[in-house]
Amino acid sequence: MALTPEEWDAVRLSLAVAMRAVLFGMPLAVGAAWLLSRGRFWGRPVLDAVVHLPLVLPAVVTGWLLLVLFGIRGPLGGPLLHWFGVRLVFTTAGAALATAVMAFPLMVRAVRLSLDAVDPGLEAAARTLGAGPLDRFFTVTLPLILPGILSGGVVAFAAGLGEFGAVITFASNIPGETRTLPLAIYTATQTVDGEATAAKLAVVSFTLAVGLLLLADLLGRRMQGWLGR
Amino acid sequence: MLEVDVRHAFGAFRLEAAFSAPDRGVTAIFGPSGCGKTTVLACVAGLLRPEAGRVALGPETLFDGAAGRFVRPERRRCGVVFQDARLFPHLSVETNLRYGLRRAQLGAAGPAFAEVVELLGIGHLLARRPGRLSGGERQRVALGRALLSRPRLLLLDEPLAALDADRKGEVLPFLLRVRDRFGLPMLYVTHALDEVDRLADRLVLMAAGRVLAADTVEALSLRTDLPLAGRRDAGAVLACRVARHESGRGLTALSFAGGELLVSEVPEPPGAAVRIRVRAGDVAVATAPPHGISTLNVLTGTLEAMEPSGAHEAMLRVRVGESALLARVTRDTLDRLGLAPGRPVWALVKSVSLSA
Repeated sequence: MALTPEEWDAVRLSLAVAMRAVLFGMPLAVGAAWLLSRGRFWGRPVLDAVVHLPLVLPAVVTGWLLLVLFGIRGPLGGPLLHWFGVRLVFTTAGAALATAVMAFPLMVRAVRLSLDAVDPGLEAAARTLGAGPLDRFFTVTLPLILPGILSGGVVAFAAGLGEFGAVITFASNIPGETRTLPLAIYTATQTVDGEATAAKLAVVSFTLAVGLLLLADLLGRRMQGWLGR
Repeated sequence: MLEVDVRHAFGAFRLEAAFSAPDRGVTAIFGPSGCGKTTVLACVAGLLRPEAGRVALGPETLFDGAAGRFVRPERRRCGVVFQDARLFPHLSVETNLRYGLRRAQLGAAGPAFAEVVELLGIGHLLARRPGRLSGGERQRVALGRALLSRPRLLLLDEPLAALDADRKGEVLPFLLRVRDRFGLPMLYVTHALDEVDRLADRLVLMAAGRVLAADTVEALSLRTDLPLAGRRDAGAVLACRVARHESGRGLTALSFAGGELLVSEVPEPPGAAVRIRVRAGDVAVATAPPHGISTLNVLTGTLEAMEPSGAHEAMLRVRVGESALLARVTRDTLDRLGLAPGRPVWALVKSVSLSA
């Protein structure tokens, strides 16, 4: 089952887009999870809802919202293009942004679960030993939630490989630029004699997804053991 | 000197505690579960900001509700040993121990790493993870970690409460060593009287969010008006010295201010300070010098006070020289012997009931 260069492109692009989505999305997800797990402020339920929105909204709507916000005349996309010369619509970076937004709830949930499991008593102990807030976070909290970050990251990566609706709406379907695995499969199904391509790419998709889910589980368990629990 | 005067409310529970603790020695905060003793400790550590009051350590005010002053716990230099040890599970024992040391104030004096490791006997554990330690080992590491943070005050929150009797015995001697070696003031929260007897110099007695009394362990042990006297293990605590060993008889003579007591032989050398609790239930009282009895210790004294204890019993305080003993007897005995304050009596204490 050999892949053609175009098919390889789609696989590579999917990997690159999902990787960027997780790398850039995860720090924000950790921040959001921290606020949701430890924060005591009035807007917490609102933040919780906003974080989970991509999970329940039609992906096309999320993509459309991104178009409105990050379009070259949008309230965020305009300044971005004007000041930094960065255009997100119809680019690989845009596909990564759309993927990151869609995978965001998955990352936040995984990190939040592990944050909730961290004994605040350990942070209190670190305080009495002279550790300030950032010091405590990086030496105690972060290492303890690393299993959640890693397994959440792998799951988000796996889901990101297959993000379709938001990507096609926001970043379109440009070969070599934004045509990721699912978009390539979709395109193949719309093409005469595309069945072989669709089938091959579906097998790749399936294999990646199963492999990554198994990896996430293994990582989670390994890390727990590493933490001595 | 540590001065504490804090007020705080959680729902229906009100804490209003004030006491002070000297710069040397161990001050135990003793009371039943839920009396607020751990909350007091949290106020001193800074892990809880009380609603009002003041906490001062020597010249430094750590908390002053009226002035709005609150020193964060990371700047208080109060080492804390928690009941559940709270070792960092992702760090080795050695890294745990060095956690506070690395963050200690520059120029703060304190024991060196090697000294603490040696004193606590944890050298063979350094490379391990906390998850692989026994409960007793964990508490020793936690104690070392707190000591190495160069604290001005050591706060211990029921450090032995989660351990079974054997494990307790594994940790208690190390607490004594730390007390004797470093001269660091210690505030020790507990609800176990035997720990108070072994460790503490002073006692702050708490109940329902309030301080009932604060004094030396010996002085409070003689008060018949405190809840302490109602306990089955109530009794006078005597500060003694080992006078001599009578190895042929399997006995040790302990001298105290007021006389001598023979006890089953103890390992401490002559001259060593030991403290014993003479349980009131183990003391009998006679109104004439007794003859032909197995009891070795017959101390001459004067009945000083009588206090009803429960429905059918009474607590007697017998002055023996500069010290005093408590004796628990039935009300019937009071009438039968015609006991009244001022009467000369003989207090009988069985040697086997005493353990140093």
